[in-house]
Amino acid sequence: MSKNSNTTLETDKKSGAKKQSGKKPAKINASLTRDDKIKLYRDMVRIRRFEERSLHSYQQGRIGGFLHLYIGQESIAVATASLMEDNDHLITAYRDHGNALSVGMTMNECMAELYGRFTGCSKGKGGSMHYFAPDKNFWGGHGIVGGQTPLGTGIAFALKYKKLKGCCLCLLGDGAVNQGAYLESLNLAALWNLPVIYVIENNRYSMGTSQKRSSAGAPLARRAESYDMDWEVIDGSSVYEIREKLSPLMERARNDCTPSVVEIQTYRYRGHSVADANAEKYRSKKEIEDYKKNHDPIMLFEKTLIKEGVLTDATIEEIDREAKKEATDAAKFADESPYPPQEEIFTDVYWEIDHRTGKNEGRIFFND
Amino acid sequence: MPQILYRKALNDAFAEELERDENVVLIGEEIAEYNGAYKVTEGLHARFGDRRVIDTPISEAAFCGLGIGASMLGIRPVIELMFWSFSYVAFDQLFNNAATVRYMSGGLINVPIVVRGPANGGTNVGATHSHTPENFAAYTPGLKVVCPSNAYDAKGLMKSAIRDNDPVFVMENTLLYGQKWEVPDEEYLIPIGKADIKREGADISLIAHGRCVITCLEAAKVLEEDYEIDAEVLDLRSIRPLDQEAILNSVRKTNRAVLVDENKPFCGTGAQIAAIIQEHAFDDLDAPVKRVSSLDAPQIYSKPLEDEMIPNVQRIVRTVREIL
Ligand SMILES: Cc1ncc(C[n+]2csc(CCOP(=O)(O)OP(=O)(O)O)c2C)c(N)n1
Ligand SMILES: [Mg+2]
Repeated sequence: MSKNSNTTLETDKKSGAKKQSGKKPAKINASLTRDDKIKLYRDMVRIRRFEERSLHSYQQGRIGGFLHLYIGQESIAVATASLMEDNDHLITAYRDHGNALSVGMTMNECMAELYGRFTGCSKGKGGSMHYFAPDKNFWGGHGIVGGQTPLGTGIAFALKYKKLKGCCLCLLGDGAVNQGAYLESLNLAALWNLPVIYVIENNRYSMGTSQKRSSAGAPLARRAESYDMDWEVIDGSSVYEIREKLSPLMERARNDCTPSVVEIQTYRYRGHSVADANAEKYRSKKEIEDYKKNHDPIMLFEKTLIKEGVLTDATIEEIDREAKKEATDAAKFADESPYPPQEEIFTDVYWEIDHRTGKNEGRIFFND
Repeated sequence: MPQILYRKALNDAFAEELERDENVVLIGEEIAEYNGAYKVTEGLHARFGDRRVIDTPISEAAFCGLGIGASMLGIRPVIELMFWSFSYVAFDQLFNNAATVRYMSGGLINVPIVVRGPANGGTNVGATHSHTPENFAAYTPGLKVVCPSNAYDAKGLMKSAIRDNDPVFVMENTLLYGQKWEVPDEEYLIPIGKADIKREGADISLIAHGRCVITCLEAAKVLEEDYEIDAEVLDLRSIRPLDQEAILNSVRKTNRAVLVDENKPFCGTGAQIAAIIQEHAFDDLDAPVKRVSSLDAPQIYSKPLEDEMIPNVQRIVRTVREIL
């Protein structure tokens, strides 16, 4: 199962990808219809409005716990989901609302989960960091930094074992690259040729620690070289660019199970979580403003689509109005939904118990 | 009935389940080409090939997590830990991910994995290789823990564990791998959560799991021959689920209990069982519930001292004599 070394292949500065001589990059964006483009744009706006509405609910005291907002990074969730085919899967960390909405989970079920309601996607048992939708090939939502990386590797293993033509997008943060489980996963994926693409969402900070203060060696994706894996750095402010660069890597994973690592440069505007009192202390206001003004993925895509004649001021306004209304309605839905009934504490712990298979005997819970 | 080794009984269980279900795979260090550090998987790679019996690098966190991730899509990995002591480097995957994914997804996902390997002391290998984490696992809602004491149980319980749709941690014992028991040729399953009376007795209940059951049976012989004490030996077989009824029935019959396990005493499995007995059978007790556990220090290397550290016949007999 070992892989040939690619040391003889040329690599450029920002990329460890094999140069595909003579072959043009897939025209993945050229094939987008007008409706496809509007959907990409609309989904980014929906994420932003959802996040703003959830922040509002948090500030009103309707939501507690942690709330890690995705604002600024919307292009990554939307671009990755837009490339997923039937047998492609996605798994991420706790900053998961954007991915959830992009794969087609509803604002209602996501908002209700934040509110801890029974109508939430996990019946109020998972919370903000633990959204799941296996029917949409979305496997969470994981709260332990880097803990999802072996799981994503296992999803890829299952695809290959079942001889399905698909891949797993395994997302992680720039801080998560320093977890051993991630590096162990890279080795397994390369050793066994598993169809997984590790997508590092590099928003430049892990909580209050900048990349410079936490990670030796840059780009972060370059660590893939130790495992003879291809890697790439992508400008995350452009939905088109993410799609264009990621698509061939996914295609290759599907076709011949080749894993790779991509690092997508992005930025989060808000604190690490809502409770991050230092959001403007470990970085300058100027830096945040610069991103908002010059690199905002929604703003940039909006400009592109206006230029392409896809969007007009009127459609932009309409999309925004609808997204805001959808988020407001979701908050209302969540607010009016019931909490899970008391009995729910003991369901969904064990499959065999929930399904009363009788295969297990004896006592399983020990409450009194 | 043929007599077969504990390791062979496990090996037969794997072979039968690999044969039965295409989704069963064995994953672990040295399990395939090397035939297993303890030869439990001997011959399976030759018979089932690379796809079903898979050697891993020394990356417990990654291959345990990989098994969990694969199981979410319907693969049924049986993951070998060379020693359960090594589970500690995969703790997050096993105790955070495997145990909670079903709950946090509101029941949308389940994790049908088996994680298995030896968990015992008494082998003269020092503290890092002698851990018995059945109490850690049993402490964790979402996990099941099975500790077979003999070849017959090992096979029947392992087959049930592989077919179970929840994570089941099976803790074996290197000192039992080379011992023989009667195991029938016909297929059988043992339900998880059903204790087994290994010796009927009237005077005192010795309640144990894993190899301690064997030690209890030896102690029962000494108690009978030297002290005319008729001890009952109850083999729990699994810690979670726990056969509480069997425990209480035995105690109600004998009115005395000594709990024997290889955990260290503080928050060991015996502590939980003692709590259950005092709560539900207080009026049936003629003496305090006593425990025989491993002595409360890191596992010592020096052999004669380690033999004293883990439960042994003399300590069990002595403890029984304190209350009878
Ligand atoms: C094992 C572990 N250690 C620490 C934490 C606390 N923690 C949560 S998020 C985080 C920062 C992670 O940053 P990064 O990987 O860059 O992701 P981002 O938050 O930027 O999306 C930390 C330290 C945790 N959840 N898990
Ligand atoms: Mg980060």
